[in-house]
Amino acid sequence: MSSIPKELKYAATHEWVRNDGDGVFTVGISEHAQDLLGDMVFVELPEVGDNVAAGDDVAVAESVKAASDIYAPIAGEIVAVNEELEDSPETVNSDPYGDGWLFKIKADDPSEVESLLDAEGYQAVIDEE
Amino acid sequence: MANRTPLYDAHLKAGAKMVDFHGWDMPLNYGSQIEEHNAVRKDSGVFDVSHMTIVDVAGVDAKAFLRYMLANDVAKLTVPGKAQYSSMLNEKGGVIDDLIVYYFSDESYRLVVNSATRERDMAWIESVARRFQVTVTEQSELAMIALQGPKAADKLKLVLGGEAFAKVEGMKPFMSVQVGELFIATTGYTGEAGYEIILPAHAAEKLWNELLNVGVQPCGLGARDTLRLEAGMNLYGQDMDENITPLEANMGWSVALEPADRDFIGREALEKQKAEGHAKLVGLVMREKGVLRHGQKVVVDGGEGVITSGTFSPTLGFSIAMARVPNSVGSTAEVEMRKKFVTVSVVKPSFVRNGKALV
Repeated sequence: MSSIPKELKYAATHEWVRNDGDGVFTVGISEHAQDLLGDMVFVELPEVGDNVAAGDDVAVAESVKAASDIYAPIAGEIVAVNEELEDSPETVNSDPYGDGWLFKIKADDPSEVESLLDAEGYQAVIDEE
Repeated sequence: MANRTPLYDAHLKAGAKMVDFHGWDMPLNYGSQIEEHNAVRKDSGVFDVSHMTIVDVAGVDAKAFLRYMLANDVAKLTVPGKAQYSSMLNEKGGVIDDLIVYYFSDESYRLVVNSATRERDMAWIESVARRFQVTVTEQSELAMIALQGPKAADKLKLVLGGEAFAKVEGMKPFMSVQVGELFIATTGYTGEAGYEIILPAHAAEKLWNELLNVGVQPCGLGARDTLRLEAGMNLYGQDMDENITPLEANMGWSVALEPADRDFIGREALEKQKAEGHAKLVGLVMREKGVLRHGQKVVVDGGEGVITSGTFSPTLGFSIAMARVPNSVGSTAEVEMRKKFVTVSVVKPSFVRNGKALV
């Protein structure tokens, strides 16, 4: 049973979103997603300053098993990326909701986050798989 | 329900993530497959390979039978316990399976073949055997454990005790010996020193637990795949199959065309192919970010090919692959990855041996 923190929002494509305040949101992949992918070997992140639309493939998580696209859960501007992952991509496996975060988005419309899944909704998505 | 090995409960106890592997419930990893991989390169790891098919061949025609059915020549085996890598081919020279044959006497041999191809292999072996005075016995009550890594000998000594271990101490690669109820062979699928141990199913969990208790890392199929690929060893069904000959799969060294008067199944097709030329299996190395994957298109001087196995190499820190390509190949190739072409180096398909990088 993988953990799905209640305070986060989720996309059906397995990204999580944390509200940092001031319209900025941190994005990562869920514990379930990292478990499916296995040991992470490379993480390709977007550029700071990129403008992205919801659903754009903006990053790639490459594990021993597969390369997997990561989608922007909401529209906005990339304001930070987790450069630590360059040297230690395995952090995505060991701490997916913490130090394994991927990037931060300044939302065009913060209310867009409300339309994402809550923990219960995301659990239902996993159960369907 | 999927087949379970005698170690199924032991895997769950060790925290294994189980997956279906050709009808068997097998451990994929016990947490991190990269840590398991590194343990085998630097220390020791243990794999449950009980799903493999063990077949004993006995009878006055055993030698003649295997000389006819296998591409390598069992007549080269004269020392009891000696092992040989070989393959069974169809009439077109395609690989039905690759295998290891152990020699006990001219009338007694043991074959270890793949599990994924078990039914087809057994049907083939039995159909060829009909023309010979031999008995073919599948040993399904036996388990098999692979103990691999530079510390494998130290660990086995701790578990067996000095007296029993003396029988395997200093044994050269590709040898085997029976020690009590353990059949211990210096073979493996990792490119490291170590053992493959065949034993009665009821004794498997005890040996497994004893190895874990002396600090051997349990390893799953994930690490097994990255280790064998670094070592440049083929995986049946991926790097070769019944439509691919050994010559096209870097297995020419395991085909004995001499002596010329030995008739074996597939011989004619191989001789013809050898004269006409054929595709070959090469190694690819990509030092940039990204991972080469099975199925990706490869372009070389002679035309188009395909990656048969690709992975991130935990030992090297970059991606490696095996690719089947036309015979005319330069020192680089172009690989189509995620809709763009990337230039990679072409090398011999062997990347890491005994913990050391070869590329």
